[in-house]
Amino acid sequence: MQAQHSGTPLLRTAPPWRAGVGLKPEHIPEILETHPDVGFFEIHAENYMGAGGAPHRNLAMIRERYPLSLHGVGLSIGSEGPLDREHLGRLRTLNTKYDPELFSEHLAWSTHDQIYVNDLLPVAYNVDTLVRVCDHIDEVQETVGRKMLLENPSTYVAFEQSSMTETAFLKEVVRRTGCGLLLDVNNVYVSCINHDRQPEHYLQDFPIEAVGEVHLGGHAPDMDQAERPLLIDAHDREVDAEVWRLYEQILRKIGPIPTLVEWDNDVPAWGVLLAEAERATGLLKLAAQPDMTYAV
Amino acid sequence: MRSEPKLSPNGAFSAALLDAEQSIPTGIVGPDGAPDSKRFNVYRNNVIVSLVEALAHTFPAVQQLVGEEYFAALARSFVIENPPKSPVLIWYGREFGAYLDAFPPLSAYPYLGDVARLEWGWLQSFHSADACPLDPARLASVSPNLVGEVRFEIHPACRMIASIWPVLSLVQANRFGGVCSKPINLDNPEAVLVTRPDIKVQLSCLPNGAVTFFNALTNGKTFSDAAALASFDDSRFELEATLGLFLGQGVFTDLRVVAGSNEHGKAIANTGEVGCLP
Ligand SMILES: [Fe+2]
Repeated sequence: MQAQHSGTPLLRTAPPWRAGVGLKPEHIPEILETHPDVGFFEIHAENYMGAGGAPHRNLAMIRERYPLSLHGVGLSIGSEGPLDREHLGRLRTLNTKYDPELFSEHLAWSTHDQIYVNDLLPVAYNVDTLVRVCDHIDEVQETVGRKMLLENPSTYVAFEQSSMTETAFLKEVVRRTGCGLLLDVNNVYVSCINHDRQPEHYLQDFPIEAVGEVHLGGHAPDMDQAERPLLIDAHDREVDAEVWRLYEQILRKIGPIPTLVEWDNDVPAWGVLLAEAERATGLLKLAAQPDMTYAV
Repeated sequence: MRSEPKLSPNGAFSAALLDAEQSIPTGIVGPDGAPDSKRFNVYRNNVIVSLVEALAHTFPAVQQLVGEEYFAALARSFVIENPPKSPVLIWYGREFGAYLDAFPPLSAYPYLGDVARLEWGWLQSFHSADACPLDPARLASVSPNLVGEVRFEIHPACRMIASIWPVLSLVQANRFGGVCSKPINLDNPEAVLVTRPDIKVQLSCLPNGAVTFFNALTNGKTFSDAAALASFDDSRFELEATLGLFLGQGVFTDLRVVAGSNEHGKAIANTGEVGCLP
């Protein structure tokens, strides 16, 4: 997060122990007016793929003051077909234009046969998927000219065709492509509950040394057909207590790390989101001083 | 018996996503290794709900006119028949107006298609490239004997939607927090100019003859030819007022003069402004 730019304003060098916030258009006027003390803003790349107008003007003003994370949600790295070159070109253009400190996409697919279904869909973890995911990540990193972070998904189903665990799959992707990882702690919790696994075990197996960013977000509880708990990655509420607990464990292990609070649906007043980010900031500060005791 | 061509894993997954009647693809299971349609339905629901929401975001006046519940059903059927082809959802919904025109249950509301086209135009204008509107002084500085030969560059954020319905009144009463103070007379046709001289999208009602004038200019006709066509089409056309509106709303970014057969028969270089003040 410490990339230096000429004429860098104060907040552009924010230390990683200030949490970032997902940027929502409804919060922009207040952000530009009050210049809140947050570590960085993360944008969904696809919302800034128009040619001009208010989105770019506002983002440029925010970018003047804050570190930026460019987070793609539509590249479909898990696609069976080739990546959409035009879309990849647009990602490269945004990277060049805004020079973000962080750049990430998902281990998922959302396009098949040119149809874009606007959700992050799961892949089977096997050698076939591994080869094409790695090819696609190589292509992204070559085209955009930088390392990307790959985010672990929230999933609701498993595949009989899977032959390895998600963590083994991610480890191998990192080894083959040199990409980093975006560890979404809420996704870890959601997927582990949904697949009847221990989140602690998942995190023990996770290639934690590759993590360049952490996501925190809220989920909605539901049940599957057999009335087992089914958590939905809804990003529509506060971060769950269990997710905070896992986050603290991660910080104890790796120290302060760029951390983002996501809230994409039923977006609350700016103050509510800021309070969530400040809670994460409190934990990051403690992690920067390992002798202090943790309290949430 | 002929077997169906075998779909790839993502192919089978996506085919079942957009067709709620289809059984869930084989090999997709819960933690006990058994299929669980409720789990798969989370994805089905995410896809439809998020795309319906994207359409509601782009077409709030259509949503207000037909009601939230009806809109959800309408948008759902549009999504299933016209799923997006790009991950950039600000470009999703171009065909929504035509879909409404051809949707039999809405035949009693024939203006909805134009309402959707105006909302689509608004969104495209909102996201268009930035450009400085033409400074009216540039036109004033063209020598009087060449003014008729002026051709204009149209601003990238400029659109025009001509309707046989009062489409601007309908949109204004049903979005931007608009309230309908007086009943809208459906017998009043309206043509709407969509511009974005700076950051805010402007909607203006075009006066008589202005549609012809606008179309002629955007098709590369000269100023005098466009004015003649507009007057011919509608004797009430007022050149000065219409030109004033176009200049004021930022319809043009530039002008050039290519004189026909006289001694000034060279392109007059434009004065080459390099930027505009915010
Ligand atoms: Fe995330």
